[in-house]
Amino acid sequence: MATLSVSKVPSRHLPVVATFALFVLTFGAGSVSFENFASGQVFANLFIDNAHLIVLAVGMTFVILTGGIDLSVGSVLALSTMIAAAGVKAGWPVPLVIVVVLLTGSVLGLLMGLMIHKFDVQPFIVTLAGMFLARGLCFVISIESISIKDKGYRALGMDRIALGGGVSITNNVLIAVAVLLAAMYVLHLTRFGRTVYALGGSEPSARLMGLKVGFTKVGVYVVSGFCSSLAGLVFSFYTASGYGLHAVGMELEAIAAVVIGGTLLAGGSGYVLGSVVGALVLGTIQTIISFDGTLNSWWTKIVIGALLLAFIVLHRLIVRRSSA
Amino acid sequence: MTEPVVDMRGISVEFPGVKALQGVDFRLFPGEVHALMGENGAGKSTLIKALTGVHKPTGLIRLRGEEVSFHGPGQAQDAGISTVYQEVNLCGNLTVAENILLGREPRRFGRIDGRATRRRAAELLERMGLAIDPGSVLADHPIAVQQLVAIARAVAVECQVLILDEPTSSLDAGEVAELFRIMRVLRDEGVAILFVSHFLEQVYEISDRMTVLRNGRLVGEYRTAELSRLDLVSAMLGRELSVLEELEQQTHPVDERAVLLRATGLGRKGAVEPFDLEVRAGEVVGLAGLLGSGRTELARLLFGADKADSGTLEFDGKPLHLRGPRQAISAGIGFCSEDRKAEGLVADLSVRDNLVLALQASRGWTRPLSKRTKDELVEKYVAMLDIRPATPDTPIRNLSGGNQQKVLLARWLVTKPKLLVLDEPTRGIDVGAKAQIQKLVAELAAEGVAVVFISAELEEVVRVSDRVVVLRDRRKVAELRGTDVDEVMAHIAGGRAAA
Repeated sequence: MATLSVSKVPSRHLPVVATFALFVLTFGAGSVSFENFASGQVFANLFIDNAHLIVLAVGMTFVILTGGIDLSVGSVLALSTMIAAAGVKAGWPVPLVIVVVLLTGSVLGLLMGLMIHKFDVQPFIVTLAGMFLARGLCFVISIESISIKDKGYRALGMDRIALGGGVSITNNVLIAVAVLLAAMYVLHLTRFGRTVYALGGSEPSARLMGLKVGFTKVGVYVVSGFCSSLAGLVFSFYTASGYGLHAVGMELEAIAAVVIGGTLLAGGSGYVLGSVVGALVLGTIQTIISFDGTLNSWWTKIVIGALLLAFIVLHRLIVRRSSA
Repeated sequence: MTEPVVDMRGISVEFPGVKALQGVDFRLFPGEVHALMGENGAGKSTLIKALTGVHKPTGLIRLRGEEVSFHGPGQAQDAGISTVYQEVNLCGNLTVAENILLGREPRRFGRIDGRATRRRAAELLERMGLAIDPGSVLADHPIAVQQLVAIARAVAVECQVLILDEPTSSLDAGEVAELFRIMRVLRDEGVAILFVSHFLEQVYEISDRMTVLRNGRLVGEYRTAELSRLDLVSAMLGRELSVLEELEQQTHPVDERAVLLRATGLGRKGAVEPFDLEVRAGEVVGLAGLLGSGRTELARLLFGADKADSGTLEFDGKPLHLRGPRQAISAGIGFCSEDRKAEGLVADLSVRDNLVLALQASRGWTRPLSKRTKDELVEKYVAMLDIRPATPDTPIRNLSGGNQQKVLLARWLVTKPKLLVLDEPTRGIDVGAKAQIQKLVAELAAEGVAVVFISAELEEVVRVSDRVVVLRDRRKVAELRGTDVDEVMAHIAGGRAAA
């Protein structure tokens, strides 16, 4: 005994590899079906149009890795667009608006995390409450959509950065990529990040191992809250407006991106990079449907549903194989 | 001997209504393996928890001569007391190196130094003589290796006291040998090891000294070499073995009744070794053995609560393939679990609903029982078993343990079973209820029901049973007819004592 060192690395990475393959497949299918699909700008647009979803999915990955769930992200995103739009309209300086928005999201995440940890309530219920609360607060600010007219603020969202070859991206893409890199660093190279994985593996064990269980558990909701409000800023750059009905149901899209990205809903296994590719897969399907022009946009949901089922089954099979 | 590293004096722990430990002394010396022995409820875990700061005891605890009082396992760990539990308390999704060092891994400016982590883990594994790749994922290793990794984590801190709480319960013989090898390495380095196990063989193989507890009190501290197995068992079970001579097999007339259940080579890996067993109609067969001897596991195989991986079962003359309890129930086998809270009762349902549950289940949901039939049944059995309060609408969690047990029994009685398997039906209930249940078992047998009866109390098993099957270390070691407590105890102790 004790000489068993079979490397099973492939089985750990398999879901992410599958997600990559799926992305290549869907993008390839689009390229074959439509002229002009296989262009650099279409690819760049995937990032531009889904930057907010990428940021949400990264925050959601932290939470799901611990075995939790955050249903509030869509509403917090909407609330953030509202605060940003109302703040800009009231003449606050843009840096202040950004700080206030990010603080609001982080504090909401902190409160939900504390509720979950201190009172030992299921994350589902607490973040469901957070979802209603944030959505309701949007309409306290205004029932109407508020458009952002401040030139400086609009410039943040509209300015293009040329990448050469006629392809350009927006600041939002840079933000999304920065968030991704930061999350990868934190999850894999810091004690907090490794504790996130440990928590998802087994919370009682993590506790008995003397890890900072409480800090980490609350921490992931702060990360998710921060990401939600940052996604709100990204969304307000993108749409130049704040509205209480922005991003309705987007929490579920974020969860779908994470699951399709290969993260186990039970926690403990998965990668942020997978979640980002998962978000891109969702974006590609949307792009294909808009290229087609005849299909109803609800087809996106149907395809997402089918993919989710396929990936959950894939997970099961992998788990069963490696435990056999 | 040198100074004890741990010296506990007059330790008492009290829970509401229960004195879990009363004035227990315990000493642990550096460089020894010390076994803590006792049956279920003797206070072993409570003593460990008092030492590691989980419970707040009264009394005095000295660590290396200094008085200490811990407020949790974390503090105890910092002071050099590490615990490895029965269940592997590690994270299977992380690597071996991370599991050993998580929370203490080398860092540079807050960034984990992966290479240094793996190197330090490799050093620790080498010290223990374990040839596994520190970069591999923990869950890919067998449970025994995971257990050893847990020990590596425990000794990664400057650990002077290592507590192993039933580390061997899920290991096979080869794995136990590996564990013992490592325990000896650590012992020779001067680590004091506190070892809890239900397997007498293992305790005699590895321990230098032992402390025996019974019912929360100290029975004594012994040198292993000077304590015979028989004396150990009698210390644990609390009965002086006054006379123990070679007992003649007493002959009883062989029962003429038909064999109801015949198990041939039935077994389950890691639970109970293959065994043969016959139970006749109207016969009470007792299962005796220490906790962890396989008595519960055997009972669960008979009911299909766990699936046997070898052997065959014949019931009422026909082969019976149990894929789960459902087949057992429809064949006419009833089972009262030892854990009546988790595996028996539905706490929030009423006495009535709990009582008719199994009957309804055996009829299938398409043929509901009428309210009148239910009421008649409930009234009959409440009176027959003297269940109190006699109000069928009371939620069952409000009943005392003894009455809950009676409801559970009644649940099976209404299905008119041919065989009842009762796993510790009298545990934790008062004397009066105990006597009633014993009487009921005898009455059932007289009516022709076969009963398999498990109890930790030998006297009860002997009194109730026609035949006693003795289990030791997950093996059926004897089948005794018309026996007495001394003889059963001798077989439980095993080894030379039974010869």
